[in-house]
Amino acid sequence: MKYVDEYRNGDLASQLSAKIHHLANAERSYRFMEFCGGHTHAIFRYGIPDLLPSNVRMIHGPGCPVCVLPMSRLNQAIELAQNKQVILCSYGDMMRVPGSRKMTLLKARAEGADVRMVYSCSDALQIAKDNPKKEVVFFAIGFETTTPPTALIIKQAAAQQVGNFSVFCNHLLTPSAITSILESADIRAMGALMLDGFIGPAHVSTVIGSQPYEYFAREYHRPVVIAGFEPLDLLQAIAMLIQQVNDGRAEVENEFARAVTREGNRKAKKHVADVFELRKEFEWRGLGLVPYSALRINKSYKAFDAENRFNLTTTRTTENRACECPAIIRGVKTPRDCSLFAIGCTPENPIGSCMVSSEGACAAYYSYGRHYEQNND
Amino acid sequence: MINTMNKLNLANGCIEMVHGSGGRAMQRLIEELFLAAFDNPILRELSDQASFDLPAGRVVMATDSHVISPLFFNGGDIGSLSIHGTINDVVMSGAQPYYLSAGFILEEGFALSKLKKIVDSMAAAARDAGVPIVTGDTKVVEKGKGDGVFINTTGVGVVTSDIELSAKKIRPGCSVLLSGSIGDHGVAILSQRENLSFETTLCSDSQPLHRLVRAMIEQVPDIVAMRDPTRGGLATTLNEMAAQSGTGIIIDEKAIPIKAPVKAACEFLGLDPLYVANEGKLVAFCPPEKAERLLEVMQSQPEGKEAAIIGEVGEDRNHFVQMKTLFGGHRMVDWLTGEQLPRIC
Repeated sequence: MKYVDEYRNGDLASQLSAKIHHLANAERSYRFMEFCGGHTHAIFRYGIPDLLPSNVRMIHGPGCPVCVLPMSRLNQAIELAQNKQVILCSYGDMMRVPGSRKMTLLKARAEGADVRMVYSCSDALQIAKDNPKKEVVFFAIGFETTTPPTALIIKQAAAQQVGNFSVFCNHLLTPSAITSILESADIRAMGALMLDGFIGPAHVSTVIGSQPYEYFAREYHRPVVIAGFEPLDLLQAIAMLIQQVNDGRAEVENEFARAVTREGNRKAKKHVADVFELRKEFEWRGLGLVPYSALRINKSYKAFDAENRFNLTTTRTTENRACECPAIIRGVKTPRDCSLFAIGCTPENPIGSCMVSSEGACAAYYSYGRHYEQNND
Repeated sequence: MINTMNKLNLANGCIEMVHGSGGRAMQRLIEELFLAAFDNPILRELSDQASFDLPAGRVVMATDSHVISPLFFNGGDIGSLSIHGTINDVVMSGAQPYYLSAGFILEEGFALSKLKKIVDSMAAAARDAGVPIVTGDTKVVEKGKGDGVFINTTGVGVVTSDIELSAKKIRPGCSVLLSGSIGDHGVAILSQRENLSFETTLCSDSQPLHRLVRAMIEQVPDIVAMRDPTRGGLATTLNEMAAQSGTGIIIDEKAIPIKAPVKAACEFLGLDPLYVANEGKLVAFCPPEKAERLLEVMQSQPEGKEAAIIGEVGEDRNHFVQMKTLFGGHRMVDWLTGEQLPRIC
């Protein structure tokens, strides 16, 4: 397949792998966090750990929007779906994530709720037009990648006066989450030992550009290399990070120059600014309350805000105490350090956030990486 | 008066509750539609059962219910699929298929013209495979209680040689062969689903495998096991085989044939072709020294011309299926969790 196979070439991979082995200083270790779930998935799917020296380790960050959505918000989505007046439209991978009492959107559907899986928010708007007697709610989740389409669809709904359409907004902001990780007490306590650099998100960066990361590089003295989602992108970015660490540099470099600019996509950012405003704080599953880390629909488009249109219940939810997800997404622990991993917590029966989607660190490790331990037995 | 006296209106009529009531209307449906299409001496008896003799050997039986949406898709329809699916289940034992049954659950209001198209397609598929439909059943459910048409088929076959294929016979060292490209059926179906249609020229691979299997069994009787990777795709079938044989399987991504449109569709839908359904492919296990010969035999048949040796069986107490990636790394190919759902980004 053109423009894809080029970035999955095995020969180039072994050349890059050799380069990384050559660059990596055997006297020290390198710990890099890929923020984004798309990168986590690619790392395991292509077997990238096999191509890295043992002193270069990847830490899997919190960048899976499905994983970090707090259970209380999911409970509200399920509550919306159970409203007989409502058709709830959701992206596919949200459907089987368990909320309180192991309820999922799939189970709600089996019990009679009208839940539709959509590929794009424009499908949800179409469903609203086709079902004028129903309230159609789009369950919007995602980082900066999925936010502009949601903004556009709200504008379209307003322009076309689709009165029965609204959005349950759960859009998140990447830079705030990275700050939260770097500022967290356990990371600071461990100091420079924990993270030597970041792989910056691919699709998110096409929208926000590389500029927002300059702050981290400067303030925390950590290099950031923005990388595409293909496996060769990742290897190249890892080589660039090692080079920066070796040189004592902490800069923002852009491996994904074929899609990312410093400014990002101005049009997309404008749509987002027109429709959304910052929330003072928002709960991230695994990270807790993170200030200014999420968006809500602003006053001009209030009519399309499902939180405004429906009286949603706020539930108190608690996580399993043995679950190590908070430490895992900060890079302090690995899935294997969790006593629940692969025993009480599996993709079929996820307990913690990192297991609920295939892009979560624990689920990716479970589905693609369990053989690593076997080989090391 | 209800439409019981007139001839079946195949052009504009539809299924009514009376078509399942056991009266004249049902008789007419059976004679003018089912018997006319499936016609053979055993079915013509119109008894409650089919009566036939089988050659000496071990009798094999398989049943499969078909509930597919959409009913018509590129490369087939629910009718041809219901014949191919069951024939393939029978022949994976190494049997020669002999007879089929067909049970229909029809929804009130379903267009007779569509039903005729489906029935004709079943008849053509059965005739092409040389396996007659010798008994059947029809039920009608109220509108809203079905999805147009559901079809159950059961097949009977006989293994005449002393061959006994079983996953339990798979041993470390065995070679793993695949008869052709994966994911064609699942992607063809997905592309025509109402809520996510996309354009592709891809056809379902729905086809009967009895000719291919017969050639394989005759030329390489040392085959130890075979299975058709339908729902859940190649990955699921390999996991079943590894678990049932108590071994591990290592496949080579490079060797697995996948058509470009399947790769592209899976790429943008966020699906893994290893888990996408096939309806005309098989996986075979044989001793390593017979692998080249088996490959040659498979490639000499039209249903196996793209066959490939895709991996080998090893010892593994965890019964993992692993894949050597194109990229040079290794990864697990795990059981599927629930259904494969498209990813958000």
